[in-house]
Amino acid sequence: MRKINISKLFVVIAILLATPLLGSAQDESHIGKVTGNEGRGRQFYFRYCWGCHGFRGNGDGENAPYLNILPRNFVAASFKCRSTPTGTLPTDEDLFNSIRRGFVNTNMPSWITLTDQNRADLIAFIKSFSPRWKTEKAGTPINVPAETPLTVQSIQHGQQLFQKLECWKCHGQEGRGDGPSASTLTDSNDQPIRPYNFAAGSRFKCGTTNHDLYKIFMTGLDGTPMPSFADVIKPEEAWDLVHYLRTLQIRHNSPELALWLTTKEGAAIVSAQRVSGTPTGSGVNQ
Amino acid sequence: MHSVDASSLTRKSFRVGPSLLGTFLTFAFLLAVGYPSSAAPLSAIKVHALPAFARKYGLPCSSCHLAWPMLSPFGQAFKDNGYQLGNDRDAPIYQSPAYWPVTFRITPIWHRENETNAGVDSATAPGGQTEASLTTHGFDWSGLDFHTGGTLAKNVSFYVLPSSDNTGAFHFETVMARLDNLAGTTWLNVKLGKFELDNLLSEKRILTLTNVAGVYTNYHYQPLTEVASPGAIPFVFGIGDNQDGLEVMGHSKDDRTRYSVALLSSNDGTPGLPTCRCYATFLTASQAFQVGSLGLQRIGAFDYIGEWPTYYQFTQGGNGVAGTGIGNKSYYRAGLIGQFFIKKYDLTAMYFHSSDNAYLGTGTPANQPLPVGAQKPVWNGGLFESHYTFSPQFILIQRVELVRMSQQAFQIGGGPVYVPGSDEVPSASFGNENVYAIAGRYYPFISSRAGFAFHGEYAFSHQSGASPVTGRNLDFSSLLAGFDFAF
Repeated sequence: MRKINISKLFVVIAILLATPLLGSAQDESHIGKVTGNEGRGRQFYFRYCWGCHGFRGNGDGENAPYLNILPRNFVAASFKCRSTPTGTLPTDEDLFNSIRRGFVNTNMPSWITLTDQNRADLIAFIKSFSPRWKTEKAGTPINVPAETPLTVQSIQHGQQLFQKLECWKCHGQEGRGDGPSASTLTDSNDQPIRPYNFAAGSRFKCGTTNHDLYKIFMTGLDGTPMPSFADVIKPEEAWDLVHYLRTLQIRHNSPELALWLTTKEGAAIVSAQRVSGTPTGSGVNQ
Repeated sequence: MHSVDASSLTRKSFRVGPSLLGTFLTFAFLLAVGYPSSAAPLSAIKVHALPAFARKYGLPCSSCHLAWPMLSPFGQAFKDNGYQLGNDRDAPIYQSPAYWPVTFRITPIWHRENETNAGVDSATAPGGQTEASLTTHGFDWSGLDFHTGGTLAKNVSFYVLPSSDNTGAFHFETVMARLDNLAGTTWLNVKLGKFELDNLLSEKRILTLTNVAGVYTNYHYQPLTEVASPGAIPFVFGIGDNQDGLEVMGHSKDDRTRYSVALLSSNDGTPGLPTCRCYATFLTASQAFQVGSLGLQRIGAFDYIGEWPTYYQFTQGGNGVAGTGIGNKSYYRAGLIGQFFIKKYDLTAMYFHSSDNAYLGTGTPANQPLPVGAQKPVWNGGLFESHYTFSPQFILIQRVELVRMSQQAFQIGGGPVYVPGSDEVPSASFGNENVYAIAGRYYPFISSRAGFAFHGEYAFSHQSGASPVTGRNLDFSSLLAGFDFAF
């Protein structure tokens, strides 16, 4: 019987164990004090994400053909929900928040049950799919000024902006996502995409707060027909538009809707918009 | 690196398969040839893992299951939300009308069962009985489960589980509907029907399948002295059994904090109000917290407090009239649990403390006097189950369960053998039990449509002084290899 040289065996095992450490540096993500690791993120990706986003991260997972909004293509690295200007890469925190929040009206659930570390690790791995993260830096987050006071005038001004900026062409006059252009819209995957229906729920694609809504139309949703209005309207006008858009969420008890209902005009509009139907949304107060 | 070389990534991820498969088959073969094994028919495996949910949401089973059927924290949250992801697609109105939320699961197997010191007839032995080692083995299959569950509308959930044993005799394992997120909060959910108790370590999602380790011993343990005497109603109870009742449970949005309170009929989940007009309560609470990069850790506690009738108020033809059990006596099961994750390794540790009233502990109807020296049996238990999850496709499982009597229902004395009806037990350790199990499960593919696993397992149990003729230890062992699948 051959004798095994224990010391040689030790060396071989040590080399095998050390090999991964000798490889090139792995991608990282940084969210606050949490640092994400690509290697760990890979494990989570192939547990949770590949079914939709695919082995290659290009959105062609086995479930993708059955989804009416295709999963994100991480190779293209074009992301809807950002705090950064249109066309730029999002920050790690943007991606972190997206995973935590999920995407309303899509199959992407909230992964709030994962730990912060898990999500940070996932982001580090997701970033490894696209060369853009090697050649570009994340954009600089836009400045979100303090919210202007909520008044009936600001809502009415927002209502005027809604008409002036032709938001209604896609979102419809009542914000139901049924404007005259709605049926013609496609996303960057050439897939039909429906504008957001304000009347149906309380959550937006990229958050639930007024702050989130402000960022949506000041950064745009890359990969969709929703453009950035940063060069078109002033910050105070953007807040007016936020106040008005909140009143289109007729099933969500917001301060904006409450104020709007105190006016004769607002009460009449909301009354006409309220219809019965299957409730949507998470069913959980946000 | 860099951007990932997608092709190498894919290759690597698939390359794991064959080598792990080889490892698993070797492991299963070694188990199959290297150990002794079995005798009793394989009990129905009632476990929950639903490709119907995976098909509805398009998520791979590895999302909700650390290794199916055991839930991951994400899967636990999904269950706690009433089988909803909260992504606006939960209501059935958003599903294809052809979607039918049904999953079946069954497990064809080969298994070997062995029992030492089993009581058998003997023409020559005193008393006509002796002890022998019984061994049998062969091909078999588990019971069949038809799981159907999901949502009837947003925040209205249901779960119905007709389940058979391996002869095809069906019963309802679960029948419940649940109102979720009442008042718009995750802290208030109400469930009514027959359902699994909110055990933090779910027996319905157990990863071991043998006769010996297919249930958690601590969830079902009852002292050996609890044999009903004439006129007494048999006391049969396990917190691993699904129970009939009403449950209020709640949780934080991220599911880190959980509680549940259940009011239950005290009939161990049997239909038709067969025993008494008595109720039980089950309480649980747990808190999870993150420890650095190790993962999510959870600690919790539970308590089951109940009453059980000891005799029937009325009889017909000498048989008790269903539902007229009286002479209720109390029992409880309480414990602490910790679930600890250290990256790919996880450990669940449980401590049990249980006690039954002396009438239940001695099988005595409450309208008769207790045997001399009778007292309430008290026992403690421990469970240590660990897993090493190499990948979503391969998991190794190990478990040790211990039960230790701290107070027998009868005095210590008499001969070496406990005879039902006597007032003495042979030793303080009479009925103590140890259960050991090791297993491996390999999932050759992970998808959002169906589940398949190679399963190999060996389990061994040892109970002190329980052999019927000599009072020696009673040992069982079980070896199993098979295909576990669900669609």
